[in-house]
Amino acid sequence: MAPAAPPTPALSLRDVVALSGRFPLLAGVDLEVGTGEVVLVEGPNGAGKTSLLRVAAGLVPVTSGRLTVLGLDPERYRTAVRRRVGMLAHASHLYDDLNVRENVRFAVRAAGADPGRIGPACERLGLTGRLLRTSAAKLSAGQRRRVALAVLVARAPDLWLLDEPHAGLDASARTLLDELIGEAVATGATVVVASHEPELLEPLADRSVTVSGGRVTGERSIRSPVADVPVPVRAVGSAAPASGPPVERVGSAEPAAGPPEGVGSAAPAAGPPEGVGSAEPAAGPPVERVAHVA
Amino acid sequence: MTSTVVTERSDDHRRGDSADPDLVGGTRNGPPVLSRGAVLTTRVVGVAAVVGVAFTVWLGLWVTPPDKVQGNLVRLVYIHPGVAWVALYLAFGLAAVASLLYLWPRTRSLFWDRLAAAAVEVGVVFNVCTLISGSIWGRPTWGVWWAWDARLTSTAALLVLFLGYMALRRVPAEPEVRAKRSAFAALFAALDVPIVHFSVVWWKTLHQGATVLNANLSPTIHGSMAWTLLLGFVALTLVFVWMLLVRYRIGVLEDWVGSGELDLALRERQAEGIAPPVAPADVQPAPPAPAETPAGREAPREIAEVSQ
Amino acid sequence: MWRDAALVAGKDLRIEARSKVALSQVAPFGVVALGLFAFALGPDRAPMVSGAPGLFWVAVLFSTVLAIQRSVSVESADGARDGLRLSGLDPAGLFLGKALAVAAQLVVLELVLTVGVVLLYGAAVKTVWLIAVACLLGTVGLAAAGTLYGALSAGIRVRETLLPFLLLPVVTPILLAGTRIWQAGLAGGTPSDATPWLHLLLAFDAVYLAVGVVVYGPIQEAT
Repeated sequence: MAPAAPPTPALSLRDVVALSGRFPLLAGVDLEVGTGEVVLVEGPNGAGKTSLLRVAAGLVPVTSGRLTVLGLDPERYRTAVRRRVGMLAHASHLYDDLNVRENVRFAVRAAGADPGRIGPACERLGLTGRLLRTSAAKLSAGQRRRVALAVLVARAPDLWLLDEPHAGLDASARTLLDELIGEAVATGATVVVASHEPELLEPLADRSVTVSGGRVTGERSIRSPVADVPVPVRAVGSAAPASGPPVERVGSAEPAAGPPEGVGSAAPAAGPPEGVGSAEPAAGPPVERVAHVA
Repeated sequence: MTSTVVTERSDDHRRGDSADPDLVGGTRNGPPVLSRGAVLTTRVVGVAAVVGVAFTVWLGLWVTPPDKVQGNLVRLVYIHPGVAWVALYLAFGLAAVASLLYLWPRTRSLFWDRLAAAAVEVGVVFNVCTLISGSIWGRPTWGVWWAWDARLTSTAALLVLFLGYMALRRVPAEPEVRAKRSAFAALFAALDVPIVHFSVVWWKTLHQGATVLNANLSPTIHGSMAWTLLLGFVALTLVFVWMLLVRYRIGVLEDWVGSGELDLALRERQAEGIAPPVAPADVQPAPPAPAETPAGREAPREIAEVSQ
Repeated sequence: MWRDAALVAGKDLRIEARSKVALSQVAPFGVVALGLFAFALGPDRAPMVSGAPGLFWVAVLFSTVLAIQRSVSVESADGARDGLRLSGLDPAGLFLGKALAVAAQLVVLELVLTVGVVLLYGAAVKTVWLIAVACLLGTVGLAAAGTLYGALSAGIRVRETLLPFLLLPVVTPILLAGTRIWQAGLAGGTPSDATPWLHLLLAFDAVYLAVGVVVYGPIQEAT
């Protein structure tokens, strides 16, 4: 299904169904993410974006279908896989009674990563000086997220699963996040990002998949992988760059500054109201999808 | 094509039901029903249990003679040990084995979970009956309703462990989660049983010497008494099996009521992706007002076209 | 496994060092329990002295429930339970680490309570090593079984009320064995009186440690 996927995908889901009780979080997902790819997962609230990431992280068991993570069956090699997968979730997984440094140290050592990377990672995320000795309970939501990101950077996992990574971050942190993603990819990591603000991430992504109804319902390629660390300044939209203003990669915080329609959707005028830009909303994927079900 | 896949999934998910030979049909066409064989078995066991108990009562109360030492009190021997056998060994042993089989990945099936649950619940009834019949026996012979005797105490301890298991089961949870949790609890409790047993026996014997129960309860067994005793064991075992079958079926129905149809749920979930979202809350920041209406109309038209 | 255990135990003990919940709430609760027993039995010293071993262990059991609740709740804030699962920690090491941290706190608590029993009840300790061994073995068993049941009830909303009911009947053998060994220790009895009980404690510890190491992972994933 996935176009031109490299031989050993970093993440592969084949007809994966995952349930929460009787509710299908995922209702048959097919997705393949090649090593070194940055894949953007779009879709409205409740579409299954977070569930997709949680299943990939092994937090939600697969009821049927096949899931491999970094080429391994995560059920069998649970601990080994988890040490190589890093997830930025809604919660930051911090212990309120520990300070920032202790939280990062615990998480990094738990994953068996090199503790020597803790210092640089904290510095990179602006966690320095007094902040390092501040207990996690006193941090703001954005700061907690910075700590969680510092853990991720220090762990340097092979597969990054980022769930709404921009939420709660200020403009400078967003810029930083984009840089970090670029650097991770440059070192061979694979990144899957779920977001309902796709325009913020498109400059980074190779490919975008649309999730709705617990399935992957659309897919478009954004650009071929680019490995240079100072990520390009302009969004390489697939078509029609004329209509929208060139998007500064420096993810500007205010959504108002962005172009009115979903950046880089090929046919902006006919775009569906939800703006989850599938390439040709008028004819392409939806029809295929309906036929599939009926 | 897709619909067959969905069916397979649902079967896969509901292995608990489909792996169970006694249950036919399932969630699609109304409640799961018992097969003819299962109904027949339940009935036969039930009738046999009633007849067996009736015979035991008749033999125990009228045919067998009173005991020299204990008089008519000895007639409790036809009931009490049988009840205790079911409660302490049969029910608990079955629950432990079924829980282990649930935890073992190759035999994992909700069948074992329901069986364990049924065994525990019926076992609790028998356990309480054991304690009550023991009390009734103890009052005239020992002069007390309750003695901190080793056997009584470990029976009561077992009852408390059983009750903990039932309390855990009562916590609302998805069937699979509940099954795993309960199976682990049963496993932990089962491992504790021998330790509790030894500790209670030593607690008693190492401290105060012989137990009350050892006194004078082994009179010479009359021929008819032996037969009645044996029949009592068989009859009570049949009662246990019958209650187990009925309770198991109730468990199936309970799960069915709670479940809804997975097929339907999957289709509804997939349909969410086809219909335009009711409230596109996500993208509110950016929707261009003029484009909204035509696009909103278009989406359903596509669906209609394709499904023709 | 041991590296992870040390890491987790260190983390939990550091949290305790910061929050001082065990020190400022659980230990005082144990002392309060000793006081209540005294009111129930007193003011004569005789019943208190004869009951001291059992009362000590009952106080320890109740405090264990609190310590376990705390140990579980540390992991339930801010999605820490998911965090632990994602962390890549070896589940066996996680179990041993959590149990070790609880055990360390219980040992301190038992020291406090021993002093309390001696001072408040006027009990005299004759064979110190016997008492110490009983506490050590009992603590290991309580921590292991408690951590297991804590994990089992971790995802349950009614955890606070369910855990004592599940855990206390299971650890009854520790109460019985601990009490008997203490009786021997206080009366200055010979160790041979206590031998079967020490074996019982050893068996309990071995069973629940082994089970915990094996099934902690599946429990963590199941609930």
